[in-house]
Amino acid sequence: MKLTVELSVIATLLTTLTLAGCGSKDKTSQGDAGQTIQVEGSDTMVNLAQAWSEKYQQDNADVTIEVSGGGSGVGISSLIQGLADMANASRKMKAKETARAKSELGVTPVEYIVGQDALAVYVHKDNPLNEITVAQLEAIYADGGTISKWSELGIEIPGGSDEIVRISRQNNSGTYAYFREAVLQDNDFKLGSIDLSGSSDVVSMVEKTASAIGYSGMGYATDDVKMLNIKTTDDGEAVAPTADNVINGTYPIARPLLIYTAGEPNETLKNYLAWILGENGQAIVSEMGYVPVQ
Amino acid sequence: MPETTPDSGSGFSLRRSIQKVVDFSEPAIVGLIHLCGWSAIIFVMAIFYFVFSESLPAITGLEEGLDHAEVEKLDMVEFTTSPKWIPESAKRPTFGILALMIGTLSVTVLSMIIAVPLGLGAAVYVSEFARGRSREILKVLIELLAAIPSVVWGFIGLVVLNPMLVDVTGEPVGLNILNAGIVLALMSVPIIVSVSEDALRAVPDSFREAGIALGANRWEMVYKVLFPAAKNGLLAAVLLGIGRGIGETMAVLMCTGHSVNMPTSVFDPVRTLTATIAAELGEAVRGDMHYHTLFLIGVVLFVFAFIINLTADLIVKGIKVQGNE
Repeated sequence: MKLTVELSVIATLLTTLTLAGCGSKDKTSQGDAGQTIQVEGSDTMVNLAQAWSEKYQQDNADVTIEVSGGGSGVGISSLIQGLADMANASRKMKAKETARAKSELGVTPVEYIVGQDALAVYVHKDNPLNEITVAQLEAIYADGGTISKWSELGIEIPGGSDEIVRISRQNNSGTYAYFREAVLQDNDFKLGSIDLSGSSDVVSMVEKTASAIGYSGMGYATDDVKMLNIKTTDDGEAVAPTADNVINGTYPIARPLLIYTAGEPNETLKNYLAWILGENGQAIVSEMGYVPVQ
Repeated sequence: MPETTPDSGSGFSLRRSIQKVVDFSEPAIVGLIHLCGWSAIIFVMAIFYFVFSESLPAITGLEEGLDHAEVEKLDMVEFTTSPKWIPESAKRPTFGILALMIGTLSVTVLSMIIAVPLGLGAAVYVSEFARGRSREILKVLIELLAAIPSVVWGFIGLVVLNPMLVDVTGEPVGLNILNAGIVLALMSVPIIVSVSEDALRAVPDSFREAGIALGANRWEMVYKVLFPAAKNGLLAAVLLGIGRGIGETMAVLMCTGHSVNMPTSVFDPVRTLTATIAAELGEAVRGDMHYHTLFLIGVVLFVFAFIINLTADLIVKGIKVQGNE
């Protein structure tokens, strides 16, 4: 008798588990059928991806697009696990990730350049500083860098401390990786920075902190922060983070915005990507404060 | 099975069939209760097994590189003694959790310094001094405090406490040990209050009466009679509070500043073990050294929890032995 009871309990549990398994399977097969597109990834691109999907769904009622952020690493990881159809990324896929996609999905991810983003350096709006060199940024942010006070840059912060409060991103963000590559020459970050997990978090933290400096996509600028002009060399010209300067190549910290698909995209994805790269999609890129691809 | 005819005493037949249902269902219910009891153990074991097995490759060595040629192993000395947590370095990833451990401990210790006196005081007031309506209202409000989700607490720290601390302390940022300590203290006070209030209520009234009869005033009665009598329960309350402090994730992620830092004062931002797992596990490449090391941090948290529980057990046992003598 006791055995029967236990068996029936186990049977119930198993049924529930199997049913749950079926549920998740159904979800993925739906995506493959072309009705729903799951987009996940870069926080820098999440607003842009949202704007794209809203406009696209208005014109194509039969397609549902679900967009979520989390970071480039999350998106790529979901793509590899088959949880997302498209991964937004503000950095290139690592060799390790490509290898994993090959071994787990049996396909090579395909990369599309869908726009460009200038990484702006933000300070509080009351900060008297207007321009900064890449070398100074490196000395502020890099491990072993020598600048830690605003007075070392020759300025005084009204109503703030002399200590530079460095705002950075969590270590799996594409923005973090790109800033490290472009500004720190792949050196490590100085520890002790405040690491936030979203692009807009950085800007709102700088808004509230008089002596802060932070980096984030230029699309996230607000009226309460100031974007610094960047000089490549000490006697060079300070370049503002604007679309024109990104297109003509003079702004030094700009990067491509990427979308990855797992292997060659199916018909639904292909149409969506073509639309993104077309006139309508690229118009939204400029609207959102990013730079379109030619 | 022979049917009883409807006219041969229906009351008797009904009772018999109820008896049958009971006979049949009792083993089922017993089995179910057994399963519930065992499930707690099974789940704990399963979680421990999962976390430990996922962390194991970091200790035993991991085949790295596309050709699986090099074997990477976590340097345990560096892991426990280095304050550098740079898991995604482009040059040389460093996995040191010293700063993270100090972060967790400093936030927990500060929160307990604030929460234990506050919580015990509130419990004494609610159980011994408050009467009637005010007592009922207080109890409900304190329980309500416990029901506030941790992300809301984190939000309060970020939006309300942060600018306040900037104004009061003059520090450039208000996200630091102090902020997280205050928020965590407010989160653990309700737990400490309700558990220690129960412990105080459990002390028989004859103890109170005896104390008063011997000429103790109410403070002496609380301090010299109730506290020793309710020692175990009060200790359990404090340890539950500490457990909450070490395990809390979301609120400390938002309030500490999330900055890998060896703190020199309570105004320094820090990062905790739990917040590091929460912020990085989602994006760590599965099977990577970073991924396995995050699980190893989970094991470290397990060890912390185990030590706290063991200490509690030993202290409680010690008190019992003393009491028996």
